[in-house]
Amino acid sequence: MADFDHSNKGHDHTHPHPLQADHAEPQTREQFLGLALNALLVEKGIYEPEDIQRTIEGIEMVAPETHGARVVARAWVDPDFKVALLADGFAAVKSLGLDPGYAELTVLENTPNVHNVVVCTLCSCYPRSLLGRPPAWYKSGEYRARTVREPRAVLQEFGVAINDDKEVRVHDSNAELRYIVMPERPAGTEDWNEDALAALVTRDCMIGVAVPKIRTHNSKL
Amino acid sequence: MNAGQRYDLGDRVRIDDRREPRHHRTPAFVKGQTGIVTRVCMDQAKPEDVAYFTMNGPRVPVYRIRMMQCDLWPDYTGKPDDTLDIEMHGHWLQPA
Repeated sequence: MADFDHSNKGHDHTHPHPLQADHAEPQTREQFLGLALNALLVEKGIYEPEDIQRTIEGIEMVAPETHGARVVARAWVDPDFKVALLADGFAAVKSLGLDPGYAELTVLENTPNVHNVVVCTLCSCYPRSLLGRPPAWYKSGEYRARTVREPRAVLQEFGVAINDDKEVRVHDSNAELRYIVMPERPAGTEDWNEDALAALVTRDCMIGVAVPKIRTHNSKL
Repeated sequence: MNAGQRYDLGDRVRIDDRREPRHHRTPAFVKGQTGIVTRVCMDQAKPEDVAYFTMNGPRVPVYRIRMMQCDLWPDYTGKPDDTLDIEMHGHWLQPA
């Protein structure tokens, strides 16, 4: 692993850095190979580092995570839409004028008896058209290995305690389908409008590692 | 019904426990395990073909399979009802 070492035009690298700031330092042979290949392609003039950055930004701009939140909020206020969404997520999302992505979309409803959480054990399958780029932790080996193995412990670490009488349903998004979790609508929001409801639905709620919370104090940040 | 569908909702199936050098989208932890078909999804190309850019090979049905966590992990510490749902390509399944 330490043999990745190249020098070019005035700066020496003794080890490669991840391309995205929130990614962990490379550890596997494949990660080193990928970064080495990237460095060679840049050195050869096939593309420039700015092109990579622009591509990453392009992926991030595909959709803000608020698109998913709009879908959930609509389902909370519109029972007919909710039925349609659970039956055929792809068509229902499209009917809102949003991009359901290229794959079959499944909406997983949390209920008083079931809590859903999504993981891709093999890589990073994720509903990018509704939630944007997957967070680094979603792609980490630890999240992928542990969520199928001990989901309740993982959820606890995210701050979500699941009662013993509730079933935890893990969804391994390992192939052709994409998933978002529809969290339970919090009590006390009965007279909230759709925009206010959507603001409660964070990205993590739609992965299943958080539940919507009503803020009881104003942040000073 | 999808062309080539061999399983219906509620059928119990076993995931093949075999080695496959190509990318095949069947994680090791479900190989040899059994579960119930909870949905028949759209037909898809085989991941083993797609891995080598063969996009026009035979298409197979994709199923969602529900397994019990206690079956997957003998020392599972969660609750008996906890489940794992996973997508499986039809050519990795056998009746169980």
